Amino acid sequence: MDKTVRFRVRLNDKIADVKIMIFHPMETGYRKDKLTKNMIPKHFIHTVKIGHNQKPIMQVHWSRSVSKNPYLNFRVPNAIGGDELSIAWEDNMGESGVGTTIIA
Amino acid sequence: MKLSKKRRVFLRSALALMSTLLIPNQGNARWDKKAYNEVNIVDSMQSIGIRNPEELRDGSNKIELSLPEIAENGAIVPIKILSKIPKTERIFVFAEKNPQPLVSDYVFTPNVEPFVASRIKMSETAFVHVIVLADGIFYRAARQVKVTIGGCGEE
Repeated sequence: MDKTVRFRVRLNDKIADVKIMIFHPMETGYRKDKLTKNMIPKHFIHTVKIGHNQKPIMQVHWSRSVSKNPYLNFRVPNAIGGDELSIAWEDNMGESGVGTTIIA
Repeated sequence: MKLSKKRRVFLRSALALMSTLLIPNQGNARWDKKAYNEVNIVDSMQSIGIRNPEELRDGSNKIELSLPEIAENGAIVPIKILSKIPKTERIFVFAEKNPQPLVSDYVFTPNVEPFVASRIKMSETAFVHVIVLADGIFYRAARQVKVTIGGCGEE
């Protein structure tokens, strides 16, 4: 598992409140490099797929208007301790990352 | 007799085709390049299937939308959305004055709550429009956010 994804999960009354953060620059393409004076190319995550016990439950589509190191909070009902949550992201430069966690 | 049977068969297949066109297939939901590249909010709304933004249903009392009134830093504007509309399938977020107004969209299955929170960038003071697609119908809730320092260009 790579280190691009960080999870925080709180289980309350069978609902998992899931907070994730993905380490990513989310460049708009409108920013200039202060040293070289060149424009920094756009670089952003466009798709995040979320799974609960290997089953897809939600799909996220982003643009360059999502903040750097994107934060995402969602809620999964019918969750119990031991369940697996997974996320997989993909960006416009062909980079990708995955993260999984087991609900405590 | 023969004709009416033919017609019935035709109507049935036409209906089947229409229903496949109307029901968004969650498995096939993709990042919509056209909608995300539009520079005008009306064009972007049209490419996600809203023919006329005037016809959007008022969702202001069924969509719980949390946004700051004033955002000091446009690079990090927290947004929280909870849809209370049954059969919510999808939520779209638009920042009206961003270079490309469509910010994000979320495709839900019945196995997740129609809730999402994240952080977005806003280039200037503008309305944020949240569009909920539920049972094939589009609803809107909007809120103005005053941005002190824009968050799209230089830092």
